[in-house]
Amino acid sequence: MANAILYDSTLCIGCKACEGACAERWGLPYDDKIAAEGKISAHKLTAVETHGDRFSRRLCMNCQQPACASVCPVGALQKTSLGPVVYDADKCMGCRYCMQACPFQVPSYEWDKQLPKMRKCNLCYERELQGKVTACTEACPVGATAFGERNAMISEARKRLAEKPDAYYQKIYGITEVGGTSVFYISAVPFEQIGLRTNVPQEALPETTWRVLELVPDIVSTGTVLLGGIWWITNRRAEVARKEGRR
Amino acid sequence: MSPRFPKITVWRVIFALIMAAGAYATYLRIRYGLGGSTNLSDQFPWGIWIGFDVMCGVALAAGGFTLVAIVHIFNIEKYHPVLRPAILTAFLGYSLVVVGLLFDLGRPDRLWHPLVMWNPHSVMFEVAWCVTLYTTVLFLEFLPMVFERFGWHRPLDWIHRISVPLMIVGVLLSTLHQSSLGTLFLIVPEKLYPLWYTPILPLLFYISSIAAGLAMTIFESWHSSRAFGRALELPLLASIGRVLAVVMSVYLWIRFLDLSHRHVFGLLTQNRVETWLFLLEIGLAVVPTVLLYQSAVRMRPGALYACAVMVVFSFIANRLNVGTTGLEAGSGTHYIPKWSEVAVTLSIVAAGFAIFRFIAHYFPVFEEPSHEPAPAKADERQAETVAV
Repeated sequence: MANAILYDSTLCIGCKACEGACAERWGLPYDDKIAAEGKISAHKLTAVETHGDRFSRRLCMNCQQPACASVCPVGALQKTSLGPVVYDADKCMGCRYCMQACPFQVPSYEWDKQLPKMRKCNLCYERELQGKVTACTEACPVGATAFGERNAMISEARKRLAEKPDAYYQKIYGITEVGGTSVFYISAVPFEQIGLRTNVPQEALPETTWRVLELVPDIVSTGTVLLGGIWWITNRRAEVARKEGRR
Repeated sequence: MSPRFPKITVWRVIFALIMAAGAYATYLRIRYGLGGSTNLSDQFPWGIWIGFDVMCGVALAAGGFTLVAIVHIFNIEKYHPVLRPAILTAFLGYSLVVVGLLFDLGRPDRLWHPLVMWNPHSVMFEVAWCVTLYTTVLFLEFLPMVFERFGWHRPLDWIHRISVPLMIVGVLLSTLHQSSLGTLFLIVPEKLYPLWYTPILPLLFYISSIAAGLAMTIFESWHSSRAFGRALELPLLASIGRVLAVVMSVYLWIRFLDLSHRHVFGLLTQNRVETWLFLLEIGLAVVPTVLLYQSAVRMRPGALYACAVMVVFSFIANRLNVGTTGLEAGSGTHYIPKWSEVAVTLSIVAAGFAIFRFIAHYFPVFEEPSHEPAPAKADERQAETVAV
């Protein structure tokens, strides 16, 4: 069973209670200055953005087939069956390929530390293991953030779109984007108007590199035979030429 | 020879300044982390330490595997005189790539992690293994120069015994590594500008690395002939120039087909930074390719050298475009390297020149010219070389 978050931009009042709860859950400082920062960073793993009179909350999408986990050379990032993409800081060597690969530009780096780590939301994995909802869901006073079984969240989103067709842009963000995510957005306006990337591929990204990587055994085996064969032929030819020259 | 105080020359002063700046930048990197020494950000996590130090360092070393394949596997003996310098360049190139990585990695103390913590689905994992294994192979290919220098015949025999499998493994690792640096960027289809993003990026990286490696061979032969007062192996370099023209033609042809099949030529009508950088890169590739088909150009050392330099610059432009500038628009940010990033990069390049010169001076890297007389006025020329 995989869980997911449903964020309803039409319900969000921009109170930033989710930000405070998130900071508390990670043991990060949170004050008015940090609250005023409109983007996620290594010290702010979720951020409420303001787009005109609308709000949009940014957090890790915890993709179904995460690019970050596929590109991590040391397997520090893993997709769990519960939904969260979790990070093992003890493995991380700091190549930052996860940051480059993420289509949502979510992973953040502790740039100013001597021994830095990557940071991102992990859908409160530890809380989920205890059967609790995420800290942000618990903190939301208006139900703009809902948390539950992934399919149930999709059904809930569809229900809201159907019940108030005029209030919603009739699409759910996160079902097909990069092969599906664990965070869904619904909104009154097209998603680019609340700052979401709508140019992301509709296919899972790990496939793009795997198509080439899976050829490695072919290249190695064919290459060995080919190069060995060429060497044998050219070498043999030189040998024969030498012997014939001597006779 | 009696020890003497090194003469102060312009190049030595520049070298000292670069190294001093690099040392201070290194201090900043260690003391204040990546944030205090680079202009990288969450939106732009890779800069010139990856785009230049690693991606160009690796491919400029491609002369090593290309010439090993030509001389030892295809058994074309006439290229033998440029084989050792190419192997030395490759070995130094890879060693310096590792140095570059130590700067760029957030946790350089964990450089070894990919060797024990595996993720075969990661291109970076493949890259890490290729760097490790191929640096080892290059070290072994370089060792005979050391053994010969000191007259150690037994280890020389050992190396010779494993040389064929070693060379085949080296060519395969290079093939994987050069192409995998292109594969790295397949994961960012929506970030990398369409003039550069293509599913055949690994193939393009591979072919262009061969071209860059050949161009570097001409480049370093030219420089070392000036530095050491050696005769230039002109007919040989001219024939490398001809091979280079063919490789570049194949590369440009595939590049053209790729752009045409992806219907992106229309982008060239837009007045954007990307358009001009693309035209610069292609222009620097087309001009030497056309010129190198003329035998008059190939037989003139200065013109041949200029063509090789253009190919190298075109290639550096390509790697920087793919690795940095082509990603700016898609990442929604601008990146200008901090002075300390440039200082580290220049220091690495300068150290490369200096170590190459040192090794070429004390070890049997260049074969003695057999028939052509060495040019006179060697000492005078020494002062104007790029190396220190």
